[in-house]
Amino acid sequence: MPDDVNVAVEAAIDRHRSVAGGLLPLLHDIQDRLGYVPQSAIPDIARALNLSRAEVHGVVSFYHHFRQSPPGRHVLQVCRAEACQSMGAESLLNALRTQLGIDLHGTTADGAVTLEPVYCLGNCACAPSVMIDGRVRGRVSANAAAALVSELQGA
Amino acid sequence: MRVFVPCDSSALSVGADEVAEAIAEEARKRGTPVEIVRNGSRGLLWLEPLVEVETAKGRVGYGPVTVADVPELFAAGFLDAADHRLGIGMVESHPYFAGQERLCFARVGLGDPISIEHYQANGGLRGLRNALAMAGADVVKAITDSGLRGRGGAAFPTGIKWNTVLQTAADQKYVVCNADEGDSGTFSDRMIMEGDPHVLIEGMAIAGIATGATKGYIYLRSEYPDAERALNAAILRAEAHGVLGANVLGSGRRFDLEVRRGAGAYICGEETSLLESLEGKRGMVRFKPPVPASSGLFGKPTVLNNVITFASVPIILDRGATFYRDYGMGRSRGTLPIQLTGNIKRGGLVEKAFGITLRELLYDYGGGSASGRPIKAVQVGGPLGAYVPESQFDLPFDYEAFAGVGAMVGHGGIVVFDDTADMAKLARYAMEFCAIESCGKCTPCRIGSTRGVEVIDRIIDGRDRGAQVALLRELCDTMLHGSLCALGGMTPYPVLSALKYFPEDFGLPRETLPAAA
Repeated sequence: MPDDVNVAVEAAIDRHRSVAGGLLPLLHDIQDRLGYVPQSAIPDIARALNLSRAEVHGVVSFYHHFRQSPPGRHVLQVCRAEACQSMGAESLLNALRTQLGIDLHGTTADGAVTLEPVYCLGNCACAPSVMIDGRVRGRVSANAAAALVSELQGA
Repeated sequence: MRVFVPCDSSALSVGADEVAEAIAEEARKRGTPVEIVRNGSRGLLWLEPLVEVETAKGRVGYGPVTVADVPELFAAGFLDAADHRLGIGMVESHPYFAGQERLCFARVGLGDPISIEHYQANGGLRGLRNALAMAGADVVKAITDSGLRGRGGAAFPTGIKWNTVLQTAADQKYVVCNADEGDSGTFSDRMIMEGDPHVLIEGMAIAGIATGATKGYIYLRSEYPDAERALNAAILRAEAHGVLGANVLGSGRRFDLEVRRGAGAYICGEETSLLESLEGKRGMVRFKPPVPASSGLFGKPTVLNNVITFASVPIILDRGATFYRDYGMGRSRGTLPIQLTGNIKRGGLVEKAFGITLRELLYDYGGGSASGRPIKAVQVGGPLGAYVPESQFDLPFDYEAFAGVGAMVGHGGIVVFDDTADMAKLARYAMEFCAIESCGKCTPCRIGSTRGVEVIDRIIDGRDRGAQVALLRELCDTMLHGSLCALGGMTPYPVLSALKYFPEDFGLPRETLPAAA
């Protein structure tokens, strides 16, 4: 493992190895620092928590939130749930796909933006909504979305 | 001069932080002293960012405010409650707000959500103090007598759950809050956690004191980072004030509380799957029995309720079971925070006693669709809730009345669709969502949802429509009766209701449809 990855993983293991049901907090800790959970971390986590590698991999792969490869510099999540659909989320998503030239779960070639679906951001009275790097934006018009993406690609 | 700008994430999503900064900046420029309070949201979400100014007569509101409006508001004299095109007058006299019966949301929007002094000054902690002076069985009895039912969706009587935990002997018991609010069209949990987190903390502490549980977990979905920050800040304050910890309000009783973050799995809103996740595993649904109340987290007796259920507890212990039970109708007692969402003109949170009709909510409160087009259907109770057509808008909000027409109140979310909505597409989406979110443990859900998408695709494409519709009905029947939990078991509701009420969207003639659906 590269050094920074190693440090983040070892620190997360130290913090959570004796926590009851600590695997999810441990994985969050790693992803919060690295942006993903590296495959190479799984044997160490398994050993520390007395689990099999399959069990750890099973948890990482079960939850949509955990990524197994690094995302782009920005993560753009577009809500696809019903409330946002009622306000045009599907056409918003299609416009974003076209503008970015990628499909869901893809990352632009320049590494700027990863596009992900999300199923409800709890902002259903201000639909449609997207989340950018952990910040929710509501009432996102097609123009506003296009401007946001240009901003992300420039940054 | 106090000015209120919400810190609720819905308000933030439409620029509340920027507006707060602009107000501070403009006040500095003009040399006008202004104290900006970041409050929770009042729930008039179409007006967010809703800026309020404190006056001798009450709080005057302006919204929705943009950064560009701020200099103009100052020039117009909004600090002196002057008229302005964005002005809505006294917020608490606004018809949307004045007609509400706010028990659970009594404090949300009033002031700084994290401040425990503000919480206490507005009626907080009285319920917990009362509970500490009572026997556990009496606290449970008050909850039972209040008629409170689980607000997460299943509507199971809360007192019965608590009583099971109380009666089950164990060396350790837990209180777990289901804050995995994944249903589209719902955000009342989030608004409580961001806007009045102490009421949730108090409700959970009362549950612990009543049942003998000393440790609580809030299982919070990862999509709610603002709620996570608010809860953690509030828990620190509660600990510092002795509300949580080894000696709850000097009683010598212990109750500790911890926030645990989910990881984007809808299924973890199902209680047994949530417990698996809290234990650090894949969120696979467990067989029941045993129920969590007798064998829950780590195999221990566990009080497991939704955020709104816990947040309804303090007022019951403060004002008494009768006070709460006197609201509502039939077997649906108390109030329900209802969320008006989607294609609606005045979206927001409306807390009312059970019994209010959909029509009142959609038109009197909601003002009709946002697009101005006719409302075609509403989905109530999340992605597993039925699509309700206009002909049923006089249905009162009541668990039994909704169940009577194959719909559900659920968590009180209403998603509005105008007449451009394609109900066949939405039915297909329901199956697709089930396929994405299925935990995979039972076959009807895991396989049935994928087959469901395929069958609906064939119906939409007009391939052998009659036979495919029959197949879809059979498939739904299998999912309904054969699934382990509500995900597979209730996905047929939106599908079959769409098919029943909007056959033309599936390319089917309305008149030849069999009546049963």
